[in-house]
Amino acid sequence: MTTASMARRYEPRTAPDTKVATSAMIASLAAEGYDTVLAPFGNALVEAAKSNDRIVGLSADLSKYTDLHVFADAMPERFYQMGMAEQLLFSAAAGMAREGFLPFATTYAVFASRRAYDFIAMAIAEENLPVKIACALPGLTTGYGPSHQAFEDLAIFRGLPNMVLIDPCDACDVAGMVPAMIAEPSPVYARLLRGKVPKVLTRHKPDYKFQLGKAQMIRDGKDVLVISSGIMTMRALDAAEQLEKEGVDVAVLHVPTIKPLDTDTIISEAGKGRLCVTAENHTVIGGLGEAVAGTLMRAGVHPTFRMIGLPDEFLEAGALPTLHDMYGISTQGVATQIKDWL
Amino acid sequence: MGVAKRTAPLSNVSLEMRAWNIRRKALLMGEVQGQGYIGQALGIADVLAVSYFNAMDYRPEDPEWEGRDRFYLSIGHYAIALYAALIEAGILPEDEIPTYGMDDSRMPMSGMASYTPGMEITGGSLGQGLGIAVGAALGLKRKRNPAFVYNLMSDGELGEGSTWEAVMSAVQWRLDNLICVVDFNNQQADGPTRDALAVGAEAQKWEAFGWHAQEVDGNDMDALVAAFDAARALDDPRPRVIICNTTMCKGVDFLEAREITHFVRVEPDEWAKALAKLEEGKPQ
Repeated sequence: MTTASMARRYEPRTAPDTKVATSAMIASLAAEGYDTVLAPFGNALVEAAKSNDRIVGLSADLSKYTDLHVFADAMPERFYQMGMAEQLLFSAAAGMAREGFLPFATTYAVFASRRAYDFIAMAIAEENLPVKIACALPGLTTGYGPSHQAFEDLAIFRGLPNMVLIDPCDACDVAGMVPAMIAEPSPVYARLLRGKVPKVLTRHKPDYKFQLGKAQMIRDGKDVLVISSGIMTMRALDAAEQLEKEGVDVAVLHVPTIKPLDTDTIISEAGKGRLCVTAENHTVIGGLGEAVAGTLMRAGVHPTFRMIGLPDEFLEAGALPTLHDMYGISTQGVATQIKDWL
Repeated sequence: MGVAKRTAPLSNVSLEMRAWNIRRKALLMGEVQGQGYIGQALGIADVLAVSYFNAMDYRPEDPEWEGRDRFYLSIGHYAIALYAALIEAGILPEDEIPTYGMDDSRMPMSGMASYTPGMEITGGSLGQGLGIAVGAALGLKRKRNPAFVYNLMSDGELGEGSTWEAVMSAVQWRLDNLICVVDFNNQQADGPTRDALAVGAEAQKWEAFGWHAQEVDGNDMDALVAAFDAARALDDPRPRVIICNTTMCKGVDFLEAREITHFVRVEPDEWAKALAKLEEGKPQ
C-alpha cells in the first residue's frame, strides 16, 4: 500500500470525465508511433527449437500470458504445464536441466523473483544449470498494483551469482535474446515483453542487433548521456527526439544486459563530460542505476549523475499512462527531468 | 514391469553388514569433526544399505553413468550418512574419511553436488529435492531412459508447501519412475515433528494424492527390501513413496537412550565408546 492511497481510502470518488481503463496484465505495452510484432518470444523460441531438440518449455499456468503458448501450440509434446506452482516450476526445470535439457520456464516476474527465489538460487544458480527464465510484467507494466508489479526483480537477482540478467527494450531485443540465452551456458533471467511488442531500436539504429553482455549506443549526443535498459530505452529515445527540438543533444546508451554489465562501454561513455542519467523501469534501489553508479565510482569516473526510476515504495494501481507520468518514467517525465537537471 | 535387473557389482556381503559398515564409517567421520548429524546417519543406515546394495543400479567407477538410478539427497545435512554409503559403495575412497568437514574436503558437512562424486543435487534448503526429482523423472521419460529417481527426504520436509506441489505434479505426470523415501524419525530442529505441523496419517495422505504408499519400519531390513522391491516392481503409473519409521541413533544404545534432539550431543570421549558399542553388534 502507498501512504497516499491509505490516507484516502474512506474518501468517496466520482467517475472521471475521461475514461482511462486500468492497464490489464494481458495488455500489450502501448508505444505510440512504433510498429509492433506479435509474440516475438514465443516465435523465436519455436524457431530455435526446430534445430535444438534439447529445448523444452515449462510454465506455471501462465503460458498464455508469457507468449509460451506459441511454443506449446507448435510443439505440444515439448511443453510442460506445471500448474500454479512456481516453486515446482523452477525445481522441475532444474531437474530437466540435470538430465541434459534446456528448459525455458515462464511466469510473471513477481512470482519468479519473490515466491520462487530460493528454488532459483539453490536448485538452479548454485549448480549453474542452464535454465532459462523468462518473465512477463517486469517493473511497472501493469496497473494491477504491487501483487503483479515486479519493481525490484533485478535487485533481487543481481545478488545471485552465476545469473545472467536481461532487460529487453523491444521486439528486436526479445527475439534476439532467445538464441543468446540458448548459447549462454549459465542460467538466465530475462524480463519479457509480450503480446504486441513495439519495434523501437531498429527505427533509431537500423543495423541494431541484440548482443548479450554488450551496451550499444543507439544515438549519440553531446549534452546528455542516458544509460538505460528495457522499455526505458524507448522512453529515452522518444524524450531525446523531443529534447532535440529544444536544442538539447541527448545520447542514449542501451544496456539490455544488466549482468554481466558492459562496464568498459559505460565507463568510456560516462567519461566524456556529459550529464549522466540512468533510466530504468525498476526501483532506483539495486538496479541498473546503482550498478552504473558503483561501476563509475570504482573506476574513478565522476560525471554529474542522476537517476530516473521507480521510487522506493509500493506503487499505485491504475492506468499505466497515468502511473508512468506519476513516477516520471513516461516520455514526458524523462524529458522534463533531464531539462531540470541541465 | 517386474524388478529391473541390476548391473551393479554383485557381492556376498549381507545388507546387515553393509548397514553396519555405513554406521561405522559415519561414526568415524563424526569423530573427525567431533560433531555431525550422527543420530540421523545411524537411523537411516539401513535405508541406505537397501538403496545402494539391493535396489539401485550404478557403476562405482563411473558415478555419472547415464543408466544409473539417480539418488537425490534433499536433506543436505544427512550428507555424513550418504558419504558413508558412497564409500561403502566404492564411489568415494575410504581413505578420505579423515578429511570429513575439513577445509578442501570433498565431503563438506552439508551435501553439495559440486563437491562430491555421487552427490547428485545440492540439498539442504529443505523442500526442494522432490521438485527437482519430478523434473529429472520427466527428463528421463523424455529420453526413454528406464532409470529410477530416488528422493530421500525427511519428515520435517512434509511441512514445506513445495513438497506438496511436487507430490501433485508427480501424479499429474504419472511418474512411475519416481521413488520418494521419507525418513520419519519424528525429530526436527525445535522438537518432535508430530508436534509441529499437523503431521500424521502420512501414508493415507500420499495415497489420497494418488501415490502408491508404503509405511515400514525403516530399521527392519526385510521390511525395507520388500518395500523397495514392491516400489520398483509395481506395474501401474503411480509414483511411489516409502515412509520409513526410523529410530535415531540406531545401533548405539547409549545414544538411542539419550534425550534425542535434531543435533545429538556426543562428548569427545564418546565417539570411541560408540564405535565399541557398535562393534558389539557387528553382524556375524
